[in-house]
Amino acid sequence: MSKLKYALYTGCTAKESTPELLSSTLAVADKLGIELTILEEASCCGASHLQDFDPFLSHVLNARNICYAEKLGLTMVTLCNTCQINLAMTKEKLDHDNDYRAKVNEKLAEVGLEYKGNVKIKHFLYALIDEYGLENISAKVEVPLSHFNIAPFYGCHNIRPSELQNTSNGGENPYNPTSLDRLIEALEGNAVDYASKNKCCGFHVDLQAPHTSNALTGTALLDAIDNNADVVVTPCPLCHLNMDIKQKSAGKQAGRDINIPILHMPQMVALALGCTAKEIGLKFHVSKATHLKGA
Amino acid sequence: MSDTTKVNIKAFRFNAETDYLPYYKSYEMEVGKDELVLDLLNRIKWEHDGSFSYRRSCRHGICGACGIKVNGKAVLSCKQNALELVELFGNELIFEPQSKKRVVKDMIIDKGDFWEKHAEVKPYVVADIDEHPTHETQMSQEEVENILDADYCIQCGSCHYACPALEVNEDYFGPAAFVAAYRFTADPRDNAAKDRLEMTANLGAGVWDCVKCFECAEACPKDINPIEKITKLHNLQFEKGVASRNVATKHAEGFVRSIKKHGFLDEADIVKYSEGPIGVLKHMGDALKMMKAGKIHITDQIPFMGNMPKSKNLDEIQKLIKISQTNKL
Repeated sequence: MSKLKYALYTGCTAKESTPELLSSTLAVADKLGIELTILEEASCCGASHLQDFDPFLSHVLNARNICYAEKLGLTMVTLCNTCQINLAMTKEKLDHDNDYRAKVNEKLAEVGLEYKGNVKIKHFLYALIDEYGLENISAKVEVPLSHFNIAPFYGCHNIRPSELQNTSNGGENPYNPTSLDRLIEALEGNAVDYASKNKCCGFHVDLQAPHTSNALTGTALLDAIDNNADVVVTPCPLCHLNMDIKQKSAGKQAGRDINIPILHMPQMVALALGCTAKEIGLKFHVSKATHLKGA
Repeated sequence: MSDTTKVNIKAFRFNAETDYLPYYKSYEMEVGKDELVLDLLNRIKWEHDGSFSYRRSCRHGICGACGIKVNGKAVLSCKQNALELVELFGNELIFEPQSKKRVVKDMIIDKGDFWEKHAEVKPYVVADIDEHPTHETQMSQEEVENILDADYCIQCGSCHYACPALEVNEDYFGPAAFVAAYRFTADPRDNAAKDRLEMTANLGAGVWDCVKCFECAEACPKDINPIEKITKLHNLQFEKGVASRNVATKHAEGFVRSIKKHGFLDEADIVKYSEGPIGVLKHMGDALKMMKAGKIHITDQIPFMGNMPKSKNLDEIQKLIKISQTNKL
């Protein structure tokens, strides 16, 4: 296999409140021999909120983000479901609406850039599964995860709307996604089957509707726990934040204790590939996760 | 060689008048390539159990009566090919009503909450009509296109009962009501835009409680993409000056403030800015936990000492914001 090379769009969380996401991603790429070039010029994707306020500005800024991957001529890889959907929505709009693309390019020209539409945008999860390959990952497992019952939590913005997502997620069925389950099994872990795995965590209304957010996070986590999960894994740092930080308030609302570690997808892979504790960064979790390394 | 496929249907059964609890009943049948879910519902009723109940009427995907869920996926029974579902889910198909908690009998639910919310957004043109007009009302091509596909809604309830925000917050209007609100607000003949925008701007009931899960876009059998109309309502609130300054609108607008400064989102600052000096206090517990874990730092909000990354070529981002920003709060 020739060496895989990607332009890495880190997103904001990996550079701020979830440093463990960035360090584990880089460690996994290193172990697997994948070359990642961080797009240091990139700005925030707007996190699905900026477009509520100013849709044109949101498209202009995301088009600029994509321009920098185009300059490298590399597929753009994301670490966050919401970054993925925002960038993909801009690409979809610009690739199918020439007038709109011209309007956006008129603005980009002012800073010497042009959106061409010639690179793909893919979440790291699907780069690993569909391009690196599960058998190749399996072959590199040093610490099998066979002691763990792992509940995959997919996160909305990687699987819906399927018409948009299926161009980059290997045709995942939004009502019965399997990629994370297959990854868990490739790492020799036990994938937990539970109804909430493709549901919403409520992150995006956490400020204005904490009751909704707590209800959705609480329901999903209790569903995982009731199906014997020891740990939850998610490809989305926003799901991670809501589920890691809000366990106490979600549990209080549900009237039950919730206490379960929430791993980022690359952290899980890093554990199985035998990366260092520092790279995996389990100490950065609010819900205790440090016991997972070496178990 | 048989050109049919053996399918095991597990159908949700419940009669609110006689049953304490719902149960699932299995029906095995050979299904042909042209059969629709509605054909299978009919076969359960005609070949197995005459008491099996479901709604159906037009059989042409226009009356919106026959919406159910199959393996969790919202479908319009009269439009959905059965073997396509077998391809997606395998040979066991689980037929369930759109909302189990609103079930009356088998696939039939009480859709009262749907109709109540739909009616509340004034899903009709509000206008003073000249009793003796001298010419028809004209609409430009652009005005027609602006309504998008919102006019195709058949009120089937697929998106409404797929929405998790509605599931946990009964005050919330839900995606179908928002599609109707947008459709008539975008109509140039209509005079009730402000009413509808104010109604759908309220926290708790309005568009700001949308969790952005895209379940509605996935569920709609007419491919209407309700969340696109929800975004349009968000945008119109700013464009028409209806948006008031609250935690949700400041949160959306606050992204510009952060991106202008850093390129990235300042995660702590956006909470502080959106909530205001009093509201932010309720996040102190979480902030302390995050600080303890090393996710955020006490120095983060002090210039030059914090953890805030800065995008390279920030001047480009700032210039693009200056020349591209179209809305204001």
